[in-house]
Amino acid sequence: MFRFAITRIAVLLPTFIGVTVIAFSLIRLIPGDPVELLAGERGISAERHAKLMQEMGLDRPLHEQYLTFILDVFQGDLGKSIRTKTPVSEEFFALFPATVELSLCALLFAVAIGLPAGVLAGVRRGKVFDHSVMTVSLAGYSMPIFWWGLLLIILFSGTLGWTPVSGRISVMHFIEPITGFMLIDTLLQGNYAAFNSAVRHLILPAVVLGTIPLAVIARQTRSAMIEVLGEDYVRTARAKGLPPWRIVGLHALRNALIPVVTVIGLQVGLLFSGAILTETIFAWPGIGKWLVDSIHRRDYPSVQGGLLLVASTVMIVNLIVDLLYGLINPRIRHAR
Amino acid sequence: MALLDIRNLRVEFRTAQGLFPAVDGIDLTVDEGELLGVVGESGSGKSVTMLALMGLLPWTANVTADRMEFAGRDMLSIPPRERRRLTGAEMAMIFQEPMSSLNPCFTVGFQLTEAIKVHQGGTRRQRRDQAAELLQQVGIPSAASRLSAFPHQLSGGMNQRVMIAMAIACNPKLLIADEPTTALDVTIQAQILDLLVQLQRERGMALILITHDMAVVAETARRVNVMYAGQQVETRPVDSLFDNPRHPYTAALLDALPERASGKTRLPTIPGVVPGIADRPGGCLFHPRCRFAQQRCKTNRPELESDRDGRVRCFFPLDRGEPTDWPEDAESRGSAA
Ligand SMILES: Nc1ncnc2c1ncn2[C@@H]1O[C@H](COP(=O)(O)OP(=O)(O)OP(=O)(O)O)[C@@H](O)[C@H]1O
Ligand SMILES: [Mg+2]
Repeated sequence: MFRFAITRIAVLLPTFIGVTVIAFSLIRLIPGDPVELLAGERGISAERHAKLMQEMGLDRPLHEQYLTFILDVFQGDLGKSIRTKTPVSEEFFALFPATVELSLCALLFAVAIGLPAGVLAGVRRGKVFDHSVMTVSLAGYSMPIFWWGLLLIILFSGTLGWTPVSGRISVMHFIEPITGFMLIDTLLQGNYAAFNSAVRHLILPAVVLGTIPLAVIARQTRSAMIEVLGEDYVRTARAKGLPPWRIVGLHALRNALIPVVTVIGLQVGLLFSGAILTETIFAWPGIGKWLVDSIHRRDYPSVQGGLLLVASTVMIVNLIVDLLYGLINPRIRHAR
Repeated sequence: MALLDIRNLRVEFRTAQGLFPAVDGIDLTVDEGELLGVVGESGSGKSVTMLALMGLLPWTANVTADRMEFAGRDMLSIPPRERRRLTGAEMAMIFQEPMSSLNPCFTVGFQLTEAIKVHQGGTRRQRRDQAAELLQQVGIPSAASRLSAFPHQLSGGMNQRVMIAMAIACNPKLLIADEPTTALDVTIQAQILDLLVQLQRERGMALILITHDMAVVAETARRVNVMYAGQQVETRPVDSLFDNPRHPYTAALLDALPERASGKTRLPTIPGVVPGIADRPGGCLFHPRCRFAQQRCKTNRPELESDRDGRVRCFFPLDRGEPTDWPEDAESRGSAA
């Protein structure tokens, strides 16, 4: 198990370097530069443009810029936002909880529905329930996020008026951030009206963001379940006279979970990319929206630093999932 | 009254090519404490018969029988809940592949105590002690410490011992061992067989030992049931079956034993294979491979007839290697392939 963990961690280093290269170069591939966009419509004289570029160190050769960037990164410094002049990491971590809260709730929604649906579809393979789950999940998987989001907004916010259209919480409430998680902070402060408002703001974005992971999880669970139910040890469990819930929910599910956990882990990357769209649709003040804004302004430090932090988060989560995988699969745990 | 009484068992599988009768009219009786051997080549329906009894067949299987009674209970109409009370407790089964028959995600101890918990209850501590004792009984060294092992940490032979321990945990009246040694290497095979026979004697439980090895049957069973292509072709006490086999298939199986082929340079084999789903012949199912097949064998299907001390499914059963009751115009002798 220990060696398993070490090798997993060792693989992360080259990945991390790769991410810094990509984060650094992608934003510079887009035409335009931060100074131009700061100046806006009025335009700017060539000398002043050159002077500002020099001040920001953007006139130096790319490899030098990259070297400075990565040396700073290893010292824990991601630079300052060109737009706001605040440190990138500070901006990032102020907004990060909003995205994490949204993503976690989306994942919770996806697992809470996708897992049981997949298990039941696998057990009732070929029956009506199975076909319905497969059809609905295919539809969910193919639904473009922005389209799905707009549909839900029109129905629930527009026609029915049940949920707010955008934001994290009603402007009536002012919540001092403690953890940064709105659901927790409102409860900590005992403000139930605010909690209620936060929940209602969260539901639609979480559902929209969780739809694709839900479809993926349901399908993976179903196929894992079908495979496992045909295994010899399930027959043994039945030969022991165990009740059906124990055979399905313990003997089969425990094995089926092994591939499913991997898939759930992979959804984390998907959730972050989905969050960018979802946050834009619902004006959710999180990392996704912040990144999109930063890209529009060619805020190089914010974009490259933000991307790096997002990628690191995904890598860490995947590492945890890998280790978890070792925990739930005894055959890996004991492989030296 | 017999412990197990099965009459005219049929199992049909719904397959893409239509209905496939994997088991076609099997009769099976086992007395309390009896050791019955069931032999037959691969694909003859041995496993399917036993899985039908245990209620472990997939939903594509259609099981019918004139009678299927175990310990006085009708297993055809038994409600699922009551069947679960019997399976694993009064009748238990072990399988061919010990490595894949145990759940890789749970320890040996968990899987063993689980069987005890479901059927007998008791405290955690009692169950654990009982599990350790069972492991010891099936010959696993340092039994108590093996309880926390995972199946992949044990050898195939050890895993099969665990399976046996699990099967006998609740003192079953009937243990079905479906080719328990096929997947193991030769030295371990003998040990496992000895263990099974010893447990059967000690506990006085009935044992159905499935194998395709006639030699194993000779050493262990009192009575033998020979199966071919989903049908029973012969059943009688071991001694007389070995002494004077009456069905040509039984005779051919015995001829293929190395011990009986003294003086010959090559072991005789039975040409051809057991007919599968697409190539079930008309008439006697064995006739394409039978040395003695007659015209009648190709058109009519023989019934299972009682004779001196058993039953045989053949129009012209052998006596000392020679067919009896041959038609007068039997000049066609040996005409079959
Ligand atoms: N689930 C199934 N669906 C369709 N056919 C099946 C199924 N299970 C078994 N069969 C068929 O039933 C026949 C008998 O199979 P069975 O497993 O009982 O043979 P066996 O005598 O146990 O052979 P072996 O010695 O290989 O274990 C075979 O032709 C097999 O292909
Ligand atoms: Mg078999």
